[in-house]
Parts: sequence; C-alpha cells; structure tokens
Amino acid sequence: MKITMEVNGESRTEDVEDRTLLVHFLRDTLGLTATNIGCDTTSCGACTVLLDGESVKSCTVLAAQAEGHRVTTLEGLGGNGELHPVQSAFREEHGLQCGFCTPGMIMASVSLLKENPKPNRQEVREALEGNLCRCTGYHNIVSAVMAASGQEVAG
Amino acid sequence: MIPVGFSYRRASTVDEALVLLTEHGDDAKLLAGGHSLLPLMKLRLATPEVVVDLAPLDELRYVRAEDGAVRIGALTRYRDLHTDPVLREHAPLVAHAAGVIGDPQVRHRGTIGGSLAHADPAGDLPAAILASDAVLVTRGPDGEREIPAAEFFVGPFTTPLEPDELLTEIRVPARAGIGWGFEKFTRRAIDWAIVGVAVVGDSVALINMGGSPLRAHATEEALSQGASRAEAAELAAQDTSPAEEPHASAEYRKHLARVLTARALASAAA
Repeated sequence: MKITMEVNGESRTEDVEDRTLLVHFLRDTLGLTATNIGCDTTSCGACTVLLDGESVKSCTVLAAQAEGHRVTTLEGLGGNGELHPVQSAFREEHGLQCGFCTPGMIMASVSLLKENPKPNRQEVREALEGNLCRCTGYHNIVSAVMAASGQEVAG
Repeated sequence: MIPVGFSYRRASTVDEALVLLTEHGDDAKLLAGGHSLLPLMKLRLATPEVVVDLAPLDELRYVRAEDGAVRIGALTRYRDLHTDPVLREHAPLVAHAAGVIGDPQVRHRGTIGGSLAHADPAGDLPAAILASDAVLVTRGPDGEREIPAAEFFVGPFTTPLEPDELLTEIRVPARAGIGWGFEKFTRRAIDWAIVGVAVVGDSVALINMGGSPLRAHATEEALSQGASRAEAAELAAQDTSPAEEPHASAEYRKHLARVLTARALASAAA
C-alpha cells in the first residue's frame, strides 16, 4: 500500500507492505536509524518517537496507522546544526553511558516536558517508566531532564 | 518480529466497521490503539487476515456526563481518560486506573474499548469497570445491546462480543464523592499486575485472581453485614483460583489479594 506521512517536517510517500511496523518504516525505508530497536515487545522504549507530538513506541504502531500524521524522530529534533535543548542537557549532564537507550529517552523526555513543563525528579522518573537503560544510568538522565526544564538539577 | 501478512483496512464510521466485520467475520480483527493486538500479531499468536483500523472513528472518542452516568466512547485513550475532568470527578476510579496502565507511551495509544474487548484477566481497566457496575454498549448488524460488566468478562480473553459486533460505549454510574481505591503489585513498573484490586464504595473487584476479573463477593458481603474493613479484606481470596506461575504461586497471589484489598479499602475510606 502507498502511505504518506510527515516525517521530521517533510512529507514522505512510500510503498510498504500492510504489515510494516513504523520503526521498520523509519529505519529501513527512510534510513532514519537514530530510532533503535531494543526489546521489540513494547517494553524498553528504545524505539520511542513522537506521533503528533506525543511519545509512542514505534515497534507497536503500524506504519499505516501513522498515515496522515506527523512523526518526529531524534533526527528531526534540532535544527540548523543546533542540538535541541533536551539533547544539549543530556550531553551537559552526561545523561548517557552506552547510548543505546538515549534516542528513546530523549524523545520520551520531550513528550514529558510538553505535558508537564516543570516536573520534579520523582515525576521525571515516573514519566520515563517506559524507557529502560541497561547501563542503569538513570540518575544523570533524570538530572538531564531537570536541566532541560530549566530547574535545579540537584537531587 | 513481524506479523504474518494481512490486509489493512480503515473504517471511518461505525457502520463501515460493521460492514467490514460482516464481510470478513472471524478472519477480521478490529484495531483500536493496537497495544494488545499488535504484540500478539508480532508473536504470531494472532494471525488475522484482515485488520480493520478504527482510528478515523472520531465519533467514538468522548467523555460526557449524562443521566447519572459517565458515557465514555470506546476509542477514548488512556491518557485522555486519566486527564478528563468529568471522569475524574464522577468516576475517579476509572480515571486513576487508566493513568497507571503500562507507561506514558502505551497510554498515548491504548483505548478503553480495546482493553475491555481484549478482556485480559491481568488488565487494570476491566476490574475498574467491573467494580463500577458499568454497562457496555455494543453495535452489531441487529442493532444495539447493553451488557452489564458482570456479564461481559466470561473467561480469559473471552467476552460475549460476536465476531460482527463492535463495542461502542461504556456507561459508568456517576459516583462523585464516593470513596475509591486502586492497588496493584507488579514486578517492574510497567508490568501487568501480579494481583490488583479496584474498590469503589463497598464494591471490590480483583485483577488476575482467575480467568477473568472477579468481584470479591465474600468481602462485599462481610462489609454489608458490618464487618470491619480488615476483617472483610481477609476474605478477599475466597472462591478464587489464581494461576500458579514461576514468579507468583497461587498461595502468594491469595496473600496479595488480602493485603491489597485491605489497602484499597483503607484508601476508599480515607
């Protein structure tokens, strides 16, 4: 089937099988490989992208379900060579170790800050419950989200 | 993991969905948020030939108070249930339960109708709906049916929905100001409940204590006869046969049911 959606601000039309998952569409059809596949079972959050501005796990969405909608991946966050403020904060606060969960963590954090612009550390932890860091580097990830929201990092 | 091939269709009205269901019968599956169906299809435990996406059906996304009940459109997402001011006021148990399902990403996609029609005995909303004495409204080729929640969950992943029938609305009796409680025990934050309890007033429903969500009848009866909350909670596991699993024996589940019921009754009374 032919599907059209807006990906990172650009309209994209491609021919896909009906059963194509959004994550495969992004990675294999469009070559946007920042979005990782971790568990492939809706658990780990590595494949988190924004669908109409809200975080979703792209391993559990059909590409066809995104037709006519707006998808944002990590590649689409910054602009003009600049990092998005959440990306900068992850860098400043060393909110990553191996980096595999980072794209998903950042997308989930962007979605969180849209719904709750000034979360406390506990709220950040709860809002990131769907994203697993295998390095267990959660402390600095929470700090990064606090910094990105313009709040005190301490905690 | 990739699902077995299928044909993807979209329905933009309830009638259109019913036509597709009548045409394809058992070979078709309805897709709402997809967070129960797609994982099953990826594991190839479900292999429908036709998937009917209900996403364009905006007519089934609403929450409104009417005639002493809150009417919820079947395609209303967990996130929207959790934040809806009408639901939070008149059916706070349901609003709360919707806010603790899975994780934010799941709550951005999953729908109340999808959860109830899937009828997972470990699901949070089925128990909240059962404790609330809600009524489920369906549409089929012969018109509308109203099914009380107590008759809807007949077994594991089994409901009275016919293959050509669609769940359209959930009517939850408005209970503003009535005490409620919700407790669940999970191994990890986003897991299904090993055991959970939903309480509103003196109604108590159990999650994952059998093949479907169950009312804790002995507890409810004890409460109605004036037993203390602690005494009533001790009876929560009576007449249940929870599953025996590596991470939770049946005995452990019964223990959890008693403890969580005591906690949920205490929050309902607070």
